[in-house]
Amino acid sequence: MIRFDQVGKRYPGGIAALAELTFTIESGEMVVLSGHSGAGKSTLLKLIPAIERPTQGSVVVNGQNVSALKRAAVPFLRRNLGMIFQDQKLLFDRSAFDNVMLPLAIAGVATRDAGRRVRAALDKVGLLDREKAMPVALSGGEQQRLAIARAVVARPAILVADEPTAHLDDDTARDIVAMFRAFNQVGVTVLVATHNETLFAPCMTRRITLSHGRLQP
Amino acid sequence: MKGWLLHHRQASAQAMRRLAGTPLNTLLGALVLGIALALPAGGEMLLANFQRLAQRVAATPQLSVFMALDATEKEVADVASRLRKHPQTLAVHEVPREETLRRFKESEGLGEVIESLPRNPFPDAFVVVPRDESPEALEAMRGEYAAYPRVEHVQLDSAWVKKLDALLRLARLAITLMAAVLGIALVAVTFNTIRLQILTQQEEIELSRLLGATDAFIRRPFLYFGALQGMAGGLVAWSVVLVATLMLRGPIAELAALYGIEFALHILPLSDTVLLFGLAALLGWAGAWLSLTRSLHN
Repeated sequence: MIRFDQVGKRYPGGIAALAELTFTIESGEMVVLSGHSGAGKSTLLKLIPAIERPTQGSVVVNGQNVSALKRAAVPFLRRNLGMIFQDQKLLFDRSAFDNVMLPLAIAGVATRDAGRRVRAALDKVGLLDREKAMPVALSGGEQQRLAIARAVVARPAILVADEPTAHLDDDTARDIVAMFRAFNQVGVTVLVATHNETLFAPCMTRRITLSHGRLQP
Repeated sequence: MKGWLLHHRQASAQAMRRLAGTPLNTLLGALVLGIALALPAGGEMLLANFQRLAQRVAATPQLSVFMALDATEKEVADVASRLRKHPQTLAVHEVPREETLRRFKESEGLGEVIESLPRNPFPDAFVVVPRDESPEALEAMRGEYAAYPRVEHVQLDSAWVKKLDALLRLARLAITLMAAVLGIALVAVTFNTIRLQILTQQEEIELSRLLGATDAFIRRPFLYFGALQGMAGGLVAWSVVLVATLMLRGPIAELAALYGIEFALHILPLSDTVLLFGLAALLGWAGAWLSLTRSLHN
């Protein structure tokens, strides 16, 4: 469950990225966050794992007030979130397997158990046969699937994705959308930011639209 | 607890992989640290050997008590009995002046010179072995003996031991200072190595943070790296000192033999070896810690 209450984010210099945001996402929902480029979608997503802190209001994730969270508590919040970043942030110096292993190593999952879970995650995104491949050898779509595998390997209750279909051709993008839908169907709360909402039309249960940092009714 | 152990195992394994991944850098780093550490370690080895030698040679400090030339037999006997009764005296060895004269006459070269003298130039003398060998006690005894009637001169045969002792203390201080300066160098070298590593792994560090890594998780592999590199430096230093010891052993034994001393150079004592490795690891760790504290919060 994610709740935004009168959230505002103002960057130094006075630019208001977000203002007066109030909404709730119930657990198990799939929500598409849409809006023009620069509307504040990425900023909004960054408030959930406390990458950015709101300058006004409060953000509550799984009952925890993220906006007031101590620095030392932030890592443990993030471990319960699956995040897919706009720039993917894959590590190019290690294999697909090791990329997906990273969240489990951070969480301290025992090696044998972790290996099994990494393979399960790679299997879910259809990359099981590429586990030894280096990211540079993967296509754009495969890299995005790898990023998704890394986001879900620790079995988070909430999945947050920022433009996961950007730079992908339509067929590949539709595969990715189907994947999010599948995760949602097994109970994962999904929040996806996209500027291409038509792609998500088949599975869109709810849409939140931002315009110049404010909610559009 | 299990997770904590796992984290440490993974961090040390990761540090090992980083060391093994860049063998040339690792080797050069270990050499720089090792050669810097070899200087104080080598000094310590020499010092330990000199101390052992000094203890052996000066195992029994003695006092030589010389009577006045014209002291009568009774006066000599009086002093002898007072020396024997002194609570600090362990043993007294009498050296009558006639015996000294006889010994010198027998000796090569000096015999004729002694023969030509009109009278016996040697005084009666005593060699006293003290109970307490501390320099302070010896000094006190010398003062007391010198005050006995008809005693002309008391010589502390171990005065040079005192000088040697002071010299060794000075050497110890010099080695400690050198170790401190080079220890700082070791910290600085590790600091820089870790700083460069943090720069090259910036991406991984940032991603790990986003995926929920604690500061401790991020720091651990670097700390292990610093400590391991320090230990590698310690190993190089130890090897350098070992090779130097073995190479110097023969020539030094020959030199000592010329002075009539049987002496074999010993390798660095175990306690110093443990200290060397421990300090090297600790300083490497400290360098990494400083570097992390500076680099990660910016």
